[in-house]
Amino acid sequence: MEHYNMNLTLKVWRQKNNQSKGKFETYPVNNISSEMSFLEMIDVLNEKLIEEGNEPIAFDHDCREGICGMCSMFINGQAHGPWQQNTTCQLHMRAFKDGDTIVVEPWRSAAFPVVKDLVVDRSSFDRIIQAGGYISVNTGNAVDANAIPIDKKDADDAFMAAACIGCGACVATCKNGSAMLFVGAKVSQLALLPQGAPEKESRVLNMIAQMDKEGFGNCTNTYACEAECPKGISVSNIARLNAEYLKAGLTTEEK
Amino acid sequence: MTWKHFFTSSIGRKFIMGFTGIFLILFLIIHAGINSCIFLNDHGVTFNKMAHFMSHNWIMRFLEIGLFAGLIAHIIQGLSLTFQNKKARPVEYYFNQPSKNSKWYSRSMGILGTLLLLFLVMHLSHFYVDTKVALYSGDKPHDLFDEMKEVFSIKWVVILYLVGVVSLFWHLYHGFQSAFQTLGINHKRYTPLIKTIGTVYALIICILFALMPVAIHLQWIN
Repeated sequence: MEHYNMNLTLKVWRQKNNQSKGKFETYPVNNISSEMSFLEMIDVLNEKLIEEGNEPIAFDHDCREGICGMCSMFINGQAHGPWQQNTTCQLHMRAFKDGDTIVVEPWRSAAFPVVKDLVVDRSSFDRIIQAGGYISVNTGNAVDANAIPIDKKDADDAFMAAACIGCGACVATCKNGSAMLFVGAKVSQLALLPQGAPEKESRVLNMIAQMDKEGFGNCTNTYACEAECPKGISVSNIARLNAEYLKAGLTTEEK
Repeated sequence: MTWKHFFTSSIGRKFIMGFTGIFLILFLIIHAGINSCIFLNDHGVTFNKMAHFMSHNWIMRFLEIGLFAGLIAHIIQGLSLTFQNKKARPVEYYFNQPSKNSKWYSRSMGILGTLLLLFLVMHLSHFYVDTKVALYSGDKPHDLFDEMKEVFSIKWVVILYLVGVVSLFWHLYHGFQSAFQTLGINHKRYTPLIKTIGTVYALIICILFALMPVAIHLQWIN
């Protein structure tokens, strides 16, 4: 694709901190290369803001390779912007045309309070993982990878679920602010494997209990999460989460 | 895990929605089936016989309690979930494009359900209340078919019924397959089958229900 430069208008959510009321600020950004990533474009704008003595726009980012799950941003009405199965850091400016106005907002969810500008606090996800998203094993020598036979399909499904990077796009997209795609993926990746099987009951019960405490909404199966997930996590993981929860919740003898 | 804990958890509440949803789906088959007796065009003789059986047989009267329990649970749970879900996003997006990732009817179950609730208030006041009054006052057998002809002779009532049926279609079209996902069934072979059956079911039920007021109003049957 041919390289081109563009001038854009950016409408960005600015919010000093969690307590203050935020508002949109409009910034012109000029001479942006179509080969830049979206975050590089914000870098350019931030350098300009710093030079002018203004506060730069705060945003989350880390690997900039689409694998860490740090970047967020609701761009022009879609989580991670207009491209499918793509994170904000891998969204390139060729997705936009000269003269476009781009609206950038933070994830909006009661469970993801805004820290500053476009940065939200996603530690509610960490607390869900702490509630059961692990397996308990004694440390020691690594076990031979092929010592336990695993059905190919289960291994594949677990791997697909494990592709979740925990970015929160599912929550940001869902009209109910539900975290069930995230929790579904995290429950599935362990429930499908023999290593995760011994704790699968307590895991799903505890993770859902924590999810409910955090103030996420309830899934109504619109499947918007799957459509916007940068890793293409399937909603079949939500069905598996439901099945695991019903099985555990209806059969456990523990009070 | 206590029962209370289970049924107040997010997935427990979804389970109530899905389970009562399937129960109501089954009820609609009976409802549409019995009402379709009017299409026999025998001056409502068969239909009135069926209606008499449904309102007098004690097994049916007993099942009716279950029907209302299921319906009320579905309504209360649905409304409460809708309000709770609204709270999960206190600040709305300034610019949102939900049509890029989901279908309007899947996002509108709360509104469609509320329309259906309003429809039900009208529907029960038209037919259910009179049937019960006749049952307990017991002067003469209640002619439900006559009542249908009377109610559907009014044009705006027919239009309101059609609005109700259209809402029902979209509610069922999403709800049918959604209920199975909620109960934990998502399968490469079965899910496409469930979706097809759901579509055919919603179409047949809603066409039958839409035809009833229209056919009576236009006097195709009498």
